[in-house]
Amino acid sequence: MTGLMKGKRGLIMGLANDKSLAWGIARQLHEQGAELAFSYQGEALAKRVRPLAASLGSDFLIDCDVSDMDALDAAFAELKARWDTIDFVVHAIGYSDKTQLRGRYYDTTLDNFLMTMNISAYSLVAVTKRAVEMMPNGGSILTLTYYGAEKVVPHYNVMGVAKAALEASVRYLANDCGPQGVRVNAISAGPIKTLAASGIGDFRYILKWNELNAPLRRNSTIEDVGGSGLYFLSDLSAGVTGEVHHVDAGYHLVGMKQEDAPDIALS
Amino acid sequence: MSDTADRVKKIVVEHLGVEADKVTEDASFIDDLGADSLDIVELVMAFEEEFGVEIPDDAAEKISTVSDAIKYIDENKG
Repeated sequence: MTGLMKGKRGLIMGLANDKSLAWGIARQLHEQGAELAFSYQGEALAKRVRPLAASLGSDFLIDCDVSDMDALDAAFAELKARWDTIDFVVHAIGYSDKTQLRGRYYDTTLDNFLMTMNISAYSLVAVTKRAVEMMPNGGSILTLTYYGAEKVVPHYNVMGVAKAALEASVRYLANDCGPQGVRVNAISAGPIKTLAASGIGDFRYILKWNELNAPLRRNSTIEDVGGSGLYFLSDLSAGVTGEVHHVDAGYHLVGMKQEDAPDIALS
Repeated sequence: MSDTADRVKKIVVEHLGVEADKVTEDASFIDDLGADSLDIVELVMAFEEEFGVEIPDDAAEKISTVSDAIKYIDENKG
């Protein structure tokens, strides 16, 4: 199976380093022949993204703060200046003040609530609006979410609420974009130790719990997410839109602790 | 030099792309080795992986030099 993405090109937003879910996806897209552009925010991330992009044969890097609509317009103008059309976008962006990703949800401040919703949920709406204009032949847009949108996961707090808004946005955007042949889907990945996850309280406990209790008795990996990402961004999933697809070793269907899982306590 | 020190320094050299002789025990990651705040998070993750040790946020915040890292790992590794 090679060349699934041959002749397709698209934008990867939110790659941070070689632990990123976006990296797992980008690598598999590249292996299947996709041409990739990358957007990042600020020099600290640029210096991380540049060598990774280069290793996938890309020098197309765009600086973009997704909370700034003028910056988003400029980023898509830069994309359009080089590529007239695109076939896919990977939206791997979320942000919250990490001091509020622990403790009680109701202690979230209004400012952080709005910022988290803006960067983690609205940005998909704003990106989709601009991306569809560059997809006259149809396309696929993929975002990343987490189970904390559906059920309470300790410490996920305001990010869970933002991910719920993101998942609902996927459905509304899928309906908006459907007539144009543009599909919008989300992967709900199990917990994976990334730069972004380092901001979540007691993350190691969440990882361990999932490993012991998921039906597959392991955690998911960025390679797992990359494989499912390839499916969503290629024509393999041509008939699929508005889906929130769990790549979590099956954890989302479990109702209680597995009998063979040991009791574990916070260390 | 301890085994921990050697392995810590190797990770720092590889991650920050600095010359090995600059990674002295009293070198500060940010002030002397040019690390930014994301580098610190990534280094802490790399130390955890290499040594199988957990470095919680409050401990990570206190690690500012190479010797701080070595000391924490030696005291906490299994």
